[in-house]
Amino acid sequence: MEVKDASSALLSNYERWGLTMFSRLECSGYSQVFQLLTDLKEQRKESGKNKHSSGQQNLNTITYETLKYISKTPCRHQSPEIVREFLTAMKSHKLTKAEKLQLLNHRPVTAVEIQLMVEESEERLTEEQIEALLHTVTSILPAGPEAEQKKNANSDGTMDEEDPA
Amino acid sequence: MFVLVEMVDTVRIPPWQFERKLNDSIAEELNKKLANKVVYNVGLCICLFDITKLEDAYVFPGDGASHTKVHFRYVVFHPFLDEILIGKIKGCSPEGVHVSLDFFDDILIPPESLQQPAKFDEAEQVWVWEYETEEGAHDLYMDTGEEIRFRVVDESFVDTSPTGPSSADATTSSEELPKKEAPYTLVGSISEPGLGLLSWWTSS
Repeated sequence: MEVKDASSALLSNYERWGLTMFSRLECSGYSQVFQLLTDLKEQRKESGKNKHSSGQQNLNTITYETLKYISKTPCRHQSPEIVREFLTAMKSHKLTKAEKLQLLNHRPVTAVEIQLMVEESEERLTEEQIEALLHTVTSILPAGPEAEQKKNANSDGTMDEEDPA
Repeated sequence: MFVLVEMVDTVRIPPWQFERKLNDSIAEELNKKLANKVVYNVGLCICLFDITKLEDAYVFPGDGASHTKVHFRYVVFHPFLDEILIGKIKGCSPEGVHVSLDFFDDILIPPESLQQPAKFDEAEQVWVWEYETEEGAHDLYMDTGEEIRFRVVDESFVDTSPTGPSSADATTSSEELPKKEAPYTLVGSISEPGLGLLSWWTSS
């Protein structure tokens, strides 16, 4: 077996959506892998028979565990449209592919997290820009499963309640 | 953390599978061969992404099966250097903190990369961050099961392919089995603001 190209073709994106900022081998954010594995699982469930044959055990294991991991992240609710919208909004901020991918995968909500993911953020971004970035991230990307639960538990029908300290 | 790797391989399809669509058989064989396995210097293979090219299938004398050269892309777990990841603490030992992502377990954060000052509590076998404020020192424990945010600072691939039988006088049969090494390990660091247990940095 030969590996043709092991260099990072960062998998971020669902197939070919033609935004020119990415190379042809698009990135693989968690949401794409999640979608791929979920589809694979559905396909194999439908075809029934050989899911449990010994050869398939590895695929079962890795699929189950990877889906479990990604389900706990905010990427669970991302669709290709959301990803596209996010990347379009990100154009103005001039971030590298790797940085955008991390923002997509982790959905940071604090400035500290932005500083971790964006290299030399103190030099490249002013405080207002960091705030704007955080705003874009939190408004376009859906929150994770835990945050959703918390939100549902707290809201009693009023939408603009402040977060309890 | 996930990359697409282009690979080429010859896939053997036995005759009793000829009634199935070739693409399906090939996809199944590739997943059987690669899923959940580490490829040296590439990463942990997750699942097939797509098949980009199928060359002609050949049947060779003496073997009824067909052999097809396949160009395909595989989803591989291979975080890039300095990537931020979130995992769960599997346990602590004097070597450092062991972290696990559900599908990948061999991540270690060595003592020098913990938030300093840190000490190892022998009694509870847990690493502790001695966080100092004006009010005094708080001991922040790194308990098993806690979610932790870390940065990937290093990786190492070990070739675990079997070696040939050793020569007769080199080893005796009473020697212990060689230690099982993980083929792919990651080294992490949490020595920056924002890294470490998620509970240390949430403001609510």
